Amino acid sequence: MALNVVWFVLIAVLFTGYFFLEGFDYGVGILLPFLGRNDQERRVMANAIGPVWDANEVWLIVAGGAMFAAFPQWYATLFSGFYLALFLLLVALIVRGVGIEFRSRDERPGWRQTWDWLFFFGSLVPAVVWGVAMTDLVQGLPIDGHMNYVGTFLDLFTPFSLVGGAVSGLLFTLHGALFLALKTGEPLAARAMGTARRLAPLAVLAVAVYILMGYMVVPVLHRLGPDPGSIPVLAALSLVAAWALTVQERPGWAFAANGVTIVLTTITLFLLLYPRVMVSSLNPAWSLTIYNAASNPYSLKVMSIVAITLVPVVLAYQAWTYWMFRKRVRLHDELHY
Amino acid sequence: MMPQVILARWQFGITTVYHFLFVPLTIGLAFLLAVIESYYVATGNEEYRRAAQFWGRLFLINFALGVVTGILQEFQFGMNWASYSRFVGDIFGAPLAIEGLLSFFLESTFLGIWMFGWDRLPRGLHLFAIWMVAVGTTTSALWILTANSFMQEPVGFKLVHGRAEMNNFWALLGNPQLWVEFPHTVLGAFSTGAFFMIGVSAWWLLRRGRQPEFLHSIRIGLTVAALASILTVVVGHDQAQHLVTAQPMKLAAAEALWDSSPQHAPWAVVGWVTPATHTTEFALRIPDLLTILAYNRLSGSVTGMNVIQARYVHRYGPGNYMPPVRPVFYSFRVMILAGTLMVLLSWLGVYWVIKNRLLLHRRYLKVMVWAIGLPYLANIAGWLMTEIGRQPWIVFGLLLTDKGVSPTVGAGEIWTTLVGFTAVYAILAAADVYLLVKFIKAGLASEQLTGEARTA
Repeated sequence: MALNVVWFVLIAVLFTGYFFLEGFDYGVGILLPFLGRNDQERRVMANAIGPVWDANEVWLIVAGGAMFAAFPQWYATLFSGFYLALFLLLVALIVRGVGIEFRSRDERPGWRQTWDWLFFFGSLVPAVVWGVAMTDLVQGLPIDGHMNYVGTFLDLFTPFSLVGGAVSGLLFTLHGALFLALKTGEPLAARAMGTARRLAPLAVLAVAVYILMGYMVVPVLHRLGPDPGSIPVLAALSLVAAWALTVQERPGWAFAANGVTIVLTTITLFLLLYPRVMVSSLNPAWSLTIYNAASNPYSLKVMSIVAITLVPVVLAYQAWTYWMFRKRVRLHDELHY
Repeated sequence: MMPQVILARWQFGITTVYHFLFVPLTIGLAFLLAVIESYYVATGNEEYRRAAQFWGRLFLINFALGVVTGILQEFQFGMNWASYSRFVGDIFGAPLAIEGLLSFFLESTFLGIWMFGWDRLPRGLHLFAIWMVAVGTTTSALWILTANSFMQEPVGFKLVHGRAEMNNFWALLGNPQLWVEFPHTVLGAFSTGAFFMIGVSAWWLLRRGRQPEFLHSIRIGLTVAALASILTVVVGHDQAQHLVTAQPMKLAAAEALWDSSPQHAPWAVVGWVTPATHTTEFALRIPDLLTILAYNRLSGSVTGMNVIQARYVHRYGPGNYMPPVRPVFYSFRVMILAGTLMVLLSWLGVYWVIKNRLLLHRRYLKVMVWAIGLPYLANIAGWLMTEIGRQPWIVFGLLLTDKGVSPTVGAGEIWTTLVGFTAVYAILAAADVYLLVKFIKAGLASEQLTGEARTA
């Protein structure tokens, strides 16, 4: 019984880590063609996430694997239901990973521009798709009594889920701008700060609309009631704080505050789901929950032991990487990408 | 068969074969890179450092494609094979999750450190990073093959409400199929990396004569290739013998053996298989060899497909339990031919290295450039045999392939992704080959080309 909850929490943690870490990678990718005024600047931007982006993406891979292991029904319904959306996401992730690795390996401007644009789209698509998908999960989808998604591709896009996509797109782009303000030298850092200053109010606006729609359009958010509890409130407040800190030119604190927003927003969405993992809009009894979608207790026990042993080790060496590459990437540095 | 099943199988086949073009080179080169850098750290000889950096650049180009195609590999079970995922998720998901936690995090994190750390890290720590990458890539094979071995030979489970549930994790890890499949695959991957290193080094030695970096590389490559290729054959032999008891139908199909063989079964080296008439014409046969392959002794009959078919109808109900014979028969032979050539070529090279005459044999070096393709042939053929030979089962004896697809995904949707992914793959393959050739031709000087150049 308790292990089902543990695994729900663990998957929430993996997605939260993924959104926090890959969030700024996606932001950097989205800003790449616009913020980098010449090839050298774009190289600096790519190198700022160079040592870490791949490991950040593994958070998603592990989240997917954990879902498969702990809640196979969730994995099966979600991935076959979101079929074409997932196709777009995967094509994006494919061209993105190859784009950053290949862009600087040939000098021709056409080659580099092509991969840069692929890297841009490869970052933009997941940044938006995840907001849409998370919103879909919370607001409910047409799922039948056999746990099958019976809607169409277009059913995934509602006004609310599209706003969700805008929210994640903006939060990640802001995250990326602040990351660049922290991790690059001048003049890039100052320009990134300027971009963050323009993005922050847009992000606040999008989140405000999102909350409003959540209460007005979607009955499920009534679960929160007039007093939604501290987590969603703090999520919203920290975004406002991120805006204020951006205006005051304090990129470190602004990055932290925006990161808190991403983390707490993800937690809020998972809390709204709990104990369900996919909500059926056809019949509440047909929703997938952490109990009817789960693996058997033995599998959960084995996987719990594995996770409890390995996750701290992974966190330790990943933290060590960030410490090792803590210096800013500057225009005259040795660049790999 | 429903069109969805056929399309989903094509997608799985294309995705997996494409993914596996990059994976063996990743596994093999990671290990070889670690060995070369170990020489550098132990001796301080800059030649090894330049060699490691050259191979490292090629490694990274190849690694990128291995990683991005791997994401799809993990997600397509849920996309196209939802019923399968529901059926085996308790068991199949566990090794996949462990692969991510243990192997993917390790290889991606330490590769980042290695790639960006040449000048920032102490030598020992930098060496540690590449060894962690090698451990990550090799153990990732262990976990994904744990999952695959379950499909070949289900163990450690019980059936509850029509789903397979894990009841013994250690049985999963101790699956006899895993311990023939994993060494065979990983040794094949080491051979792939080694033949790549040999071929590229040979090309440079032919062009420029004695370059110490490539001489070191070809010696290390030949040593690894000679050991790995012969061991691949030895373990492959064990694997074939394991089929006799675990998946006799696959073995019979690989031999196009409809009726059980006589006590002294010959082995057909080549032949023209006609499934309609159950005959193999124009066959070149070696007496007794199939018996020896199957049992390690001179007498013993190998059971034919007709007998096994009757046995399976009795056990599993009416149906056709024979896999497509032609692809299994021919892919098995392609694999064996390529593997045999690899053993002969690598041992010949080792002999000349010992005699110190390697550079005199220019024709051999030219052949070794082309021999880069041999392990690729063997890898693909081996997987085609393994996976097609398991048909009609997706999980042997438990779930039929056409019962595993996603019930809600239509043929049109699968067409979309099939065409889409294949087109993306084709473009990326072209870019990948272009870059590999470019950086191979640039040779040791390629650090001045792009990438690591200091641009002040």
